[in-house]
Amino acid sequence: MQRRHLLRYGAAGAGALGLMLGVGWWRVDGPGASKPAGQRPLALSAMDFRLTDHEGNEVGPDTLIGRPTMVFFGFTYCPDVCPTTLSDISGWLDDLGDAAAQMNVAFITVDPERDTVEAMAEYVGYFHPAIRGWTGPEDQIARAAEGFRALYERVPTKGGGYTMNHTASVFLFDAEGEHVTMIDYHEPREFAVPKIRRALPEDVAGAT
Amino acid sequence: MKKRPYVKGLAVIFMLAGLSAPAFSGSEDVNVENAWSRASIGASRPGAAYMIVRNTGEDAVTLTGLTTPLAMMPEIHETKTNADGVSSMTPAGEITIEAGESLALEPGGLHVMLMNLQNPMTEGETFPLTLTFSDGDEVTVDVPILDIAARGPEG
Ligand SMILES: [Cu+2]
Repeated sequence: MQRRHLLRYGAAGAGALGLMLGVGWWRVDGPGASKPAGQRPLALSAMDFRLTDHEGNEVGPDTLIGRPTMVFFGFTYCPDVCPTTLSDISGWLDDLGDAAAQMNVAFITVDPERDTVEAMAEYVGYFHPAIRGWTGPEDQIARAAEGFRALYERVPTKGGGYTMNHTASVFLFDAEGEHVTMIDYHEPREFAVPKIRRALPEDVAGAT
Repeated sequence: MKKRPYVKGLAVIFMLAGLSAPAFSGSEDVNVENAWSRASIGASRPGAAYMIVRNTGEDAVTLTGLTTPLAMMPEIHETKTNADGVSSMTPAGEITIEAGESLALEPGGLHVMLMNLQNPMTEGETFPLTLTFSDGDEVTVDVPILDIAARGPEG
């Protein structure tokens, strides 16, 4: 991570270098870090992928710009982490009250082979109505994950099946599509909800 | 330590409310409390169940296996989340519970993974789950099936 900053800022000259390294440290390892710099999600405007939501609409990163956004990667054959996170998100949205209606919430599958549009529709129907399920061709899922710096991996299980390892954090973006912060897996509500409020415009965040 | 009064409190609430209090049978030294699971969509996806397994005896006990008519392959799994925020699940193998200690099977940690469901898990129903210990003792608990979006034993 440090080397990346050295390379990037090296051209700015030796004088600026020391200062920039300081800034780099603060963002990368210091108190300002929300994720290591190399893994920070792109702005939504810099991402490029096309998926289909659970109602059959064509969607992409541009769909999310204009309102604050939460994005979570998972899959519907996930017995533990994904229902827990979707229940957590549903609880946060309940806490946010009216403000929840001003947000985009996208659950992007990392298992498009099993998670068809119909499977996503059935699954998200059990959670908060603001949650949209996104699926699509594998190459587009891969491009989405790359933009968010999300990781996923197919793992064979006993008996010939498979499961997916995947980034379990929730990505939070503001209405301009800039990445604000991450909410860790199973982060307590008293930390998660204030984080979400920070991504909301002030007039919306005030409303309950 | 702090969790204990909470767990006990919940057990009391269960009894007061007349909800399906966990049923025990078998070993006298192991109690299972606050068992719950989530409803499934169909039977093709794996399910998960959660509970507190308390060893009230004088000796350590080792949980060696699970059986249930609901699933062909019930197993204790552990979900781990690494420094990159990536979650994965692995079989946990045998688990020893020291005397007086308890094993928490809860979302995002150790859990009962129910693979190869024989029928869908329907909200409002229960299913029997038998825990087998290394000394041959068995404990059978009736696990309530809650909403698919349930967050804990209280729903
Ligand atoms: Cu599991």
